[in-house]
Amino acid sequence: MAIEADLAGPENPRRRDYLQFAAVSVAAVGAGVAVLPLVNSMNPSADVLAQSTTEVDVSKIEPGQAIKTSFRKQPLFVRNLTPKEIAEADAVPVSSLRDPQTLEQRTAKGHTNWLITLGVCTHLGCVPLGAGEGENRGPFGGYFCPCHGSAYDTAGRIRQGPAPKNLEVPKYNFTSDSVVVVG
Amino acid sequence: MSFPWAKHYEPKNPVMQWVDSRLPLPRFVYNAVGAGYPVPRNLNYWWNFGVLAGVALVCQLITGIVLAMHFHSSAASAFDSVNVGIMRDVNAGWFLRFAHANGASMFFVVIYIHMFRGLYYGSYKAPREMVWLLGVVIFLLLMATAFMGYVLPWGQMSFWGAQVITGFFSAIPVVGDWIRIWLLGGYAPDDAALNRFFSLHYLLPFVIAGAVILHIWALHIPGSSNPTGVEVKGEQDTVPFHPYYTAKDGLGVVVFLILFSVLIFFAPDYLGHPDNYIPANPLSTPAHIVPEWYFWPFYAILRAFTADFILPAKLWGVLAMFGSILLLFFLPWLDKSPVRSGSYRPMYKVAFWVLVADVLVLGYCGGSPAEPLYVILSQIAAAYYFAHFLIIVPIISHLETPKPLPGSITEAVLAKTGA
Amino acid sequence: MTSLFIKSIKFLVGGGFILVLLIALWGSIWGVINEPPAETAEHAMHKHPKELKLASDGPLGKFDERQLQRGFLVYKEVCATCHSLSLVSFRNLKDLGYTDAEVKKIAKDWGTKQPVFDEKGGTWGERDNLPSDRFPKVYYPGTGTPPDLSLITKARHDGAAYVHSLLTGYNEKPSAEALKHFPEFAKTPDGMHFNPYFANLNIAMPPPLTQDGQVQYSDGTRATVDQMSTDVAAFLVWTAEPTLQTRRMAGWAVLGFLIVLGFLTYGAYRSVWAGVKH
Repeated sequence: MAIEADLAGPENPRRRDYLQFAAVSVAAVGAGVAVLPLVNSMNPSADVLAQSTTEVDVSKIEPGQAIKTSFRKQPLFVRNLTPKEIAEADAVPVSSLRDPQTLEQRTAKGHTNWLITLGVCTHLGCVPLGAGEGENRGPFGGYFCPCHGSAYDTAGRIRQGPAPKNLEVPKYNFTSDSVVVVG
Repeated sequence: MSFPWAKHYEPKNPVMQWVDSRLPLPRFVYNAVGAGYPVPRNLNYWWNFGVLAGVALVCQLITGIVLAMHFHSSAASAFDSVNVGIMRDVNAGWFLRFAHANGASMFFVVIYIHMFRGLYYGSYKAPREMVWLLGVVIFLLLMATAFMGYVLPWGQMSFWGAQVITGFFSAIPVVGDWIRIWLLGGYAPDDAALNRFFSLHYLLPFVIAGAVILHIWALHIPGSSNPTGVEVKGEQDTVPFHPYYTAKDGLGVVVFLILFSVLIFFAPDYLGHPDNYIPANPLSTPAHIVPEWYFWPFYAILRAFTADFILPAKLWGVLAMFGSILLLFFLPWLDKSPVRSGSYRPMYKVAFWVLVADVLVLGYCGGSPAEPLYVILSQIAAAYYFAHFLIIVPIISHLETPKPLPGSITEAVLAKTGA
Repeated sequence: MTSLFIKSIKFLVGGGFILVLLIALWGSIWGVINEPPAETAEHAMHKHPKELKLASDGPLGKFDERQLQRGFLVYKEVCATCHSLSLVSFRNLKDLGYTDAEVKKIAKDWGTKQPVFDEKGGTWGERDNLPSDRFPKVYYPGTGTPPDLSLITKARHDGAAYVHSLLTGYNEKPSAEALKHFPEFAKTPDGMHFNPYFANLNIAMPPPLTQDGQVQYSDGTRATVDQMSTDVAAFLVWTAEPTLQTRRMAGWAVLGFLIVLGFLTYGAYRSVWAGVKH
């Protein structure tokens, strides 16, 4: 009789039922929080992050030349633009670009001849050609990705092909005229 | 469901009686793939491929588990552990490796035939939608497993395949790059990515095995379909699975093993790519990155999208590539025709064979370099692929006048054999 | 209204993908018409490898041990200066018919030594090779490390023929017709060598086999350039897969077994289905 009254009492849900809801809810939050470290453990680990800055000596790169080095285990292109290449990049109307940026926005103040980009095509991550001696620089004189035919200009901007964005410019600053710290 | 005339399990052996009354596992097997499962008597050889897919899964599990005992999942030594350790020094290691690599190809051959059989004979239609849906889930899991397995030997194609495929995720607006870095555990594929791919490559086949059990369970509710598409009407329409289809599938398995052995022992590298015998080099991209042959049709769809229209071309490509598989989930509701089998559907039959040709063209384009001619061809073929499922099939199911169906399976069999 | 939307959603999705594809298609065709793809130098001048027949070819092929030994000699005297063979161990040479003592001597006399780290001194030193060692890696101070040759015949299309053609292809110059289109190939850049079998056409490796008798064969075979190239190609087929012959022998046994089993299962299948029309 007492049990029946409990089940069919006037208060429904009974006030004491909230204890059960509360217990389940708190447990659910706990379980959710416990998943966080598991998800977070898949983020880049400390040793990977530790390699996140790279120092490059640019004193040996002649105008018109480029070098391929490595930054966060990804290729990094450092290119010394010739005045002609700079003029070519500046002559392009910015509004006509898929990813509108000027050369000035993509280089450091006072070092506009240094084009420093990741050597990772923004389409699917291949390494474009053009940084190595004698490599095909593509129809716009910058870089050319052999995988799916994306062509970049002398400012590393996407001009043709499937890539959606310009070659990424990492954070960097010149600590002297010949040394640049990337990252 | 079980048919009323299905045989009941009555163990004679006292040991089996003892086991069956405590844990009815023998009964379960008897009713699933034994004499207790009545199957239409008119199944043709295309119905062998379900069992063959199961055999391929078991082969991959066994060779994979043994290979894992010899494999090192680190970027520095993965290539060596496969190409020196397993291929040269481990006893019969070359056999395990070639059997596992070619086993993946055989698995996809079998699965593709199994899927096209389902498409032709309308096996996805009511009341078997759940069988079809689970089948598509298995297909997706299989593709993920195969992709991660291909990364493990850490050759050039392994590395660049991982780079390109994880690159799909960076097409997602706003959070894409973050997701990609999280998936890889770094900025490019390296130790972290290789290790987690190995872990998942070991896990997923067991998930597939679980999904296969659900797939077979769902199949046993209505029972197997058949080439006429006419449902079973009585006992005369069926034969017990054992011994009839165990005998027929046994023959199929031996033919499968013969073709598999020819690949393993006489052409083990035929379906592979030479570049994967070059160790991974993050600073040098191969001239033509192509996935394994079984991904070519989807790779062609990805590359067919070269124009920005509202969304960037890259996002369109990724959406279309996943969409081309995900639309299979909706197929049971896209095809409204009450007739199952393509044999009695004159218009659908034509559309089916055009689709087969279309997928072959997509596959050919996907395996070729991204030159203008192949891009144009894959754009036309990809457009037809979407048209087939989303426009042609729904319209045909309204327009078509099907041929008269036989009254029953037995009637069809007797008409064919001329008795 | 809602149900009409649900009914037509398939046409909207399908039409959407098709529309975007048609826009892309129009772009591609427009691109081809406006700028027909220029013929590349590779397309005009690159050649597929010449046909090469080796004893190890075909499902019944077997290694010719004497040829492998000659090929090893060519590798040792010519290629080993720059190219590593780091996936192969000295002990593997026993497959070529060398005795234990011979293998030991080959290892000991090998030009490049095995690097060892001295834990006490904290410095790197070197020691003679042992039969259990892998061939030591060669570090080449020139324009970049030349590729390891262990797997080269698997890592190139039609590998053995490629090696043979590349080694004998330095004399083939671009045709006058091709030079008209690509005048830059009239003069090969410094430090490069024209070779039509190489993917990029200009290869950094100077011709390694230049004159007959460059390697002294002890079995009386005339060491022509073509013979030496063929022998080293055969040797590199072996290094790429020393178990090649075992694999095929096992294959015949397996196939024989399966064919017998096939007849039996076919018989069993027929006897089970006898009397059941299907």
